[in-house]
Amino acid sequence: MDEHSAACFKPGDRVVVRRGYPIGHVRTPYYIRGCVGEIERVCGSFRNPEELAYARMDTPRLPLYRVRFAQNTVWPDYQGKIQDTVDIEIYQHWLEPA
Amino acid sequence: MSDDHHRPHEHAPDSDDHLSYYQAMEVAVRELLLEKGVLSADEVRRQIEDMDARTPARGAQVVARAWVDPDYKARLLADGSAACEELGLEVKPMRLVVVENTPEVHNLIVCTLCSCYPRPLLGLPPDWYKSHAYRRRAVREPRAVLEEFGTRIPDNITVRVHDSTADMRYLVLPMRPAGTEHMSEQELAALVTRDCMVGVALPGGRTNG
Repeated sequence: MDEHSAACFKPGDRVVVRRGYPIGHVRTPYYIRGCVGEIERVCGSFRNPEELAYARMDTPRLPLYRVRFAQNTVWPDYQGKIQDTVDIEIYQHWLEPA
Repeated sequence: MSDDHHRPHEHAPDSDDHLSYYQAMEVAVRELLLEKGVLSADEVRRQIEDMDARTPARGAQVVARAWVDPDYKARLLADGSAACEELGLEVKPMRLVVVENTPEVHNLIVCTLCSCYPRPLLGLPPDWYKSHAYRRRAVREPRAVLEEFGTRIPDNITVRVHDSTADMRYLVLPMRPAGTEHMSEQELAALVTRDCMVGVALPGGRTNG
């Protein structure tokens, strides 16, 4: 059986994206690091692309979330409307409670 | 370069005679795999044929079914991959998330990191979807990008961008246009274009709301 890490967050939880800058195949966009959002849904558990990129296939699966961010908190000079959002998939090890 | 013949051309060069670094690598790896018997040339050809057979008509089929069958729509929004499988369309290994346009919300899909795209349902992505300009701007100024596609979203509607960063793939379920009550499922599918399912356009070119 595959090893899984347990999900720490549930829909509605407020989270902050870790402000880290590791090298390698990272799927957390730069622009969202340090931002605070809300868990939209738990997508399931998936292998960490940061490990897969180096052919390490035996690491535990990680919970993946869709996190919703208010655009005007992501971009200080956002030109759209106050209600606009961006939803991004983020793996658990990039998230901390906000 | 003084010779006129070597001046850069205005148009993109026709460069069949020159392989980029990664094209050369692809050829080298493919030839090695064939030589070592890991793959056959026919298997490679068939895979390309399969990829080319995927067109936005598949996505349109899913959207039209959701428009005529509320129970199907509920299943599609709950689990996109499973609902596609009901129609014989396999969306694997990535999982499909279908996002619904409503009178309150307009959805737009982008992959800022590369060009993740629901290929099993839409085929290969258009060049603009892979361009740096779209990837950078769709998330940064989505309303301005939508305007450039001829899609004006009224101020009171939420624009919700989905950045396809990991294991999910996204399909926009547009709103069924008014005045289509008499149409068959097949006629409805013909209204659904690729761009509607990425979220840069609306069926029939209508503005939202």
